[in-house]
Amino acid sequence: MLGQRNDNNPSLELVCPAGTPAALKAAAEAGAHSIYCGLRNETNARNFPGLNFSEKELNAGVRLAHKHGSHVLVAVNTFARAGDTHIWKRAVDAVVRSGADAIIAADIAVLDYAKEKHPDLRLHLSVQAAAATPESISFYQETFGVQRVVLPRVMSVEEIVKLNKEVTVETEVFVFGGLCVMTEGRCALSSYATGKSPNLTGVCSPPGDVSYDEDGSNLYARLGGFTIDGFGEGETAGYPTLCKGRFKAEGETSYLFEDPVSLNAASLLPRLQKAGVTAVKIEGRQRGKAYISQVVKAFRAAVDAMDAGGNAEEEVSAMLSAMIEGGRETTGAYKKIWR
Amino acid sequence: MSKIELSIGPNFFNWSNEKLVDFYARIADEAPVERVYIGEVICGKRMPFNDKVWPEIYERLTNAGKTVVFSTIALPVTVRDRKSINALSADCELVEANDIASVYKRSGQPFVGGPFLNIYNEQTAKVLMNLGMETFCPPVELPMKSVEAIAQALPDLTIEVFAFGRLPLAVSGRCYHARAHKLHKDNCQFICDRDLDGMDVTTLDDQNFLSANGIQTLSHSVQAITLGRDELLTKGIGRLRLSPHNIDMITIAEIYRDLVDGKIESAEAEARLQAQPLPGALANGYVTGKPGHLWQAD
Repeated sequence: MLGQRNDNNPSLELVCPAGTPAALKAAAEAGAHSIYCGLRNETNARNFPGLNFSEKELNAGVRLAHKHGSHVLVAVNTFARAGDTHIWKRAVDAVVRSGADAIIAADIAVLDYAKEKHPDLRLHLSVQAAAATPESISFYQETFGVQRVVLPRVMSVEEIVKLNKEVTVETEVFVFGGLCVMTEGRCALSSYATGKSPNLTGVCSPPGDVSYDEDGSNLYARLGGFTIDGFGEGETAGYPTLCKGRFKAEGETSYLFEDPVSLNAASLLPRLQKAGVTAVKIEGRQRGKAYISQVVKAFRAAVDAMDAGGNAEEEVSAMLSAMIEGGRETTGAYKKIWR
Repeated sequence: MSKIELSIGPNFFNWSNEKLVDFYARIADEAPVERVYIGEVICGKRMPFNDKVWPEIYERLTNAGKTVVFSTIALPVTVRDRKSINALSADCELVEANDIASVYKRSGQPFVGGPFLNIYNEQTAKVLMNLGMETFCPPVELPMKSVEAIAQALPDLTIEVFAFGRLPLAVSGRCYHARAHKLHKDNCQFICDRDLDGMDVTTLDDQNFLSANGIQTLSHSVQAITLGRDELLTKGIGRLRLSPHNIDMITIAEIYRDLVDGKIESAEAEARLQAQPLPGALANGYVTGKPGHLWQAD
């Protein structure tokens, strides 16, 4: 049973991404306690071409994961389009049929439907719902019976400690991978530039709206026609994710919102465990099976090392320092100085 | 014949108390609007300052016959943020919820669902109506097609669209004003008070793009929904929201009043808006589900 890890033993549950059946298999074999995935349509927040699961693949994936002792959590975590809510309801029905262990949802319409039609289905509140206070969490718990909340990536460890003392639901936090700088589910930057966004269509800074244009020796990465970053000779051109671009403000050019870094809170695992967090989550449903296998193995080893006692902090960070492909890392909002 | 109402939305920017008092005094005396939203919705750190003037502003507006609604903070994090939501939601007659915490604390009393709540469809709106939502201001990126579908499904819900002002696009745990000035949120020196309409954010090739306001990111462009009265009525829209800027908001309200009273057509309203010293170019792309920065007359 999900959540049990926290009742009698304080071990962290490791929640790992799977964008494809192959990645799901890799995660299960690498020792993921739980694996999250989505259906191949606009009902999940990683609605990219070539990703996600058909109903048949989901059914097979759940069987395979269960064989390895892993749980499956299915994200139906976009906001249903007005007039088309049946698509999201059908997705919830499909999750139930698959035998998955829980659904991850953000939209009140989806939560309401799940509660009414499938009262036994375990509900996790998606990070897209941006519930960061005891009051907002209580709303979802009391109204829909939500059992776990994925916390927004705007909170410091100190705030998570306080929150866990005030709520009775399980909490899950992101510890590795892509980092949203804006509060998830509260960001329309992508649709402002492209017409498509996480809440509207399950995508952010979509590839179809990206162009790379050369101007002399410079290369400009654009999104929806807006220059998000520029690269001189010898610089590696990055992907123009809107909030990770270089902009001008107050006469200076900088990565105003966030540097092109990714989250690595591995060094904070012991503190998060002490903070009463039930589960730690790895971002990256767009990642291939080799990456998934490597990251999951490292984090599983880290969690197991912590269970074996002692201060695992340094060991954990050493184990993962090689994981971010030459890129830079941050512990994000978990340390208050980030703000 | 139904009448379309007008409202002044909550002010997003860090204006001084003197400016807030003057601004709302003029709104009370001169603005042809039925409703005014007041309160700090962006940053809890500003509250100890502007908390002092809201009672006086409330009274001034109420005495002038305006319906006054307290807007609650969009991204509560600190104990102070939470206390403010709890107090306003429990005690005030009219409240705009901008976080689900406010809906929770409202305990079934009537409320306005603000544009920071994620209400994207009729089913979500219906659940919230059952919990007391009477007015709904959709998220700014929601296309008019979706707004219409919600209006059609829920005819008793008053729909108030974000018709004028820089678009509130995102909120964050991080303060961009502080970051741009090489400070941190905890020692921000309230530097956001320098930019009365937000801090311009331009691209590397100097294209106007966004505008930062503390933890909030807005568009650089200025949204202008300028549908005529009949079109608004057909779509089920009952009220237009005008978001405060450091320009003559009385003139803006007068333009919209003429528009919704059927005295002028869209084209004239647009021309009169263009003649104002706006902080950015006009935009209305979101109305038709296109990128929000587009102005479809172009």
